[in-house]
Amino acid sequence: MQLAIDVQGMSRRFGDYLAVNQLDLQIPVGCIYGFLGPNGCGKSTSIRMLTGLLTPTAGQIEVLGLQLPQQAEALRQQIGYMTQKFSLYDNLTVLENLEFVAGIYQLKRAERKSRVAELLNLYQLQEKQKVRAGSLSGGQKQRLALAAATIHRPALLFLDEPTSAVDPENRREFWERLFDLSDAGTTILVSTHYMDEAERCHRLAILEQGEKRADGSPDALMARMNADVFEISGPDLRETRRQLLSWPEVLSAAQLGQRLRLLLRKTARWSLADLSARLGPAYSCEPVRPSLEDVFVANTGAAYAESQPHSRDIP
Amino acid sequence: MLSLSRIHAIFHKELLQLSRDRITFAMIVMIPLVQLMLFGYAINTDVRQVPAALVDLTGGSSTARQLAGDLQASQAVHFQGDFSSLQSATAAMTAGDINAILVIPADFERRLDDLRLGLQQRPLAQWITDGSDPMLGNAIAAMRQMPLPQTAPVHREAAVPPSGLFELVNYYNPQRRSAVNIVPGLIAVILTMTMILFTSAAIVREREQGNMEFLINTPIRPLELMIGKILPYIAIGLIQVAIILGLGHGLFAVPLPAQWFSLWLVTLLFILASLTLGLLISTRAQTQLQAMQLTVFILLPSILLSGFMFPYVAMPKPAQYIAELLPATHYVRLVRAVVLRDAHWTVLTTDVLVLVAFTVIGMTLATLQFRKRLD
Repeated sequence: MQLAIDVQGMSRRFGDYLAVNQLDLQIPVGCIYGFLGPNGCGKSTSIRMLTGLLTPTAGQIEVLGLQLPQQAEALRQQIGYMTQKFSLYDNLTVLENLEFVAGIYQLKRAERKSRVAELLNLYQLQEKQKVRAGSLSGGQKQRLALAAATIHRPALLFLDEPTSAVDPENRREFWERLFDLSDAGTTILVSTHYMDEAERCHRLAILEQGEKRADGSPDALMARMNADVFEISGPDLRETRRQLLSWPEVLSAAQLGQRLRLLLRKTARWSLADLSARLGPAYSCEPVRPSLEDVFVANTGAAYAESQPHSRDIP
Repeated sequence: MLSLSRIHAIFHKELLQLSRDRITFAMIVMIPLVQLMLFGYAINTDVRQVPAALVDLTGGSSTARQLAGDLQASQAVHFQGDFSSLQSATAAMTAGDINAILVIPADFERRLDDLRLGLQQRPLAQWITDGSDPMLGNAIAAMRQMPLPQTAPVHREAAVPPSGLFELVNYYNPQRRSAVNIVPGLIAVILTMTMILFTSAAIVREREQGNMEFLINTPIRPLELMIGKILPYIAIGLIQVAIILGLGHGLFAVPLPAQWFSLWLVTLLFILASLTLGLLISTRAQTQLQAMQLTVFILLPSILLSGFMFPYVAMPKPAQYIAELLPATHYVRLVRAVVLRDAHWTVLTTDVLVLVAFTVIGMTLATLQFRKRLD
């Protein structure tokens, strides 16, 4: 398996604050790899180190066979980067922005025209080509940014929370384009805090406080989960939830409308019958398939802390 | 009703934001402090030590030597060596090395005797002044009535001629109109203001609007970015010069230069030096407001110390050293020489080279300062 990104022990410190701690990553060529985590978990910092924008405090970083940060300049022509905030020029039109980026990446004059036309068509921006980028909608801006980031056909594409300003409809459409790119051989690293978006990735890493808590394909992560998932309905769910949380077997309990979603520790080895008996006749409960959110809850926060065999305290 | 608590909330927020903008905070103190110190000492309308040439045609008369010595002792002028002919002295004046020439005629001794015996009232010698700076000319003119020991009368009918001991001739600006002096200098001030302002915002703007993170991830090289950023403004600068000179000629009868190529060359060099200075500010400033403040910080001394408003020679040494660090000082000299004294750029090599050095060093620093990294 050929790796697009191979990282060992990557860390980054800002003063006293450890933003990324000993991150290991192996991302195969052609994979859509997700960084899933809350704000401030080190997603953006990691992406910036992998593009050569930030110098790591420690660690070995190899991206597309180039050593970072030493060979960052050589890497630039081969990667595309879509920043979290829209970073093209608001007072240039869609067409002018794309032509500008084509010039920066030194596309040949003849190729430039056809490539820009191709992208306008692919990302449904033909009708907007004379419109200034500043007056585009969130979805249009994001498509323009993706077009600009891929204009030079990069082998590796970094997307930092690409859909945070986009409605669900546009998000689905956007992911279709990402799968097209992946199909054509582009490796994609995407950071997100949306579960549904993370679920679309081939593989993902769950990040928290600058550390990798778990990684693998979404299915493998769900299968490996250290908890069983049940949904309960019954009277007074707020109070029920409070009581459930006091049980040592319960990892987490969250309300979803008229139901409670309960994560029970695998170590407790409870069956559905055990749970029903314990809850009493007023409640009904059923086992459900784990979601990525369950995986996330089971691998982060308090659940993560107690899963560690002590001595994980800060040295 | 005005709400005091709302006014207070805004007031408090402004104070907090202000205290977190370190450059703005520094400027609040620095602008009055530094500029007052600078200008309080530097601005001096009492012109002394005007650089002058001595052309002695008497062939080494000791009285002529003594006259020159007494004039220098008055501190009004400072003779920069001897010139054998009027031509070489005039060339030095065209190049801006000196601002006045004292020509002592061959029959100086006889004129002096005639004067002391009261036989004839002819001027003893001739002052030629560089009229392109009227303030310097005035300082020389004041010397005409100066009492000198050699001219003490030996006869009671002897008297200093009403026009003074010296005949005064103004080169380049015979009517001594100040517009002639101001307009070319104004080119320096206007270009300093616009050129530095344009580019000082150039890189900060990209950073503020979030374009920079995308840009530094592309293969663009810092020097490519810098060159691309200043090129459009060169044309703008040249247009401004054309407007100022055209209006100056039309409205104030400022002469148009004979040396068009020299004017174009020195102006181009000055525009480049100013744009580079702006870029340098831009790589340091964090916000466009800071860039603007730093521009003002350079603009004020460029107006007051460059020789645009007050003669360079009248400033104390420290102020002159600071003035030498401003591109405007060099350009004020160059543009006056080219426009008013029809100097060719080849006689102005020092200032030309300084402007080239400014651009090269500034460009190198700006490029080195600019990192394609976020840390």
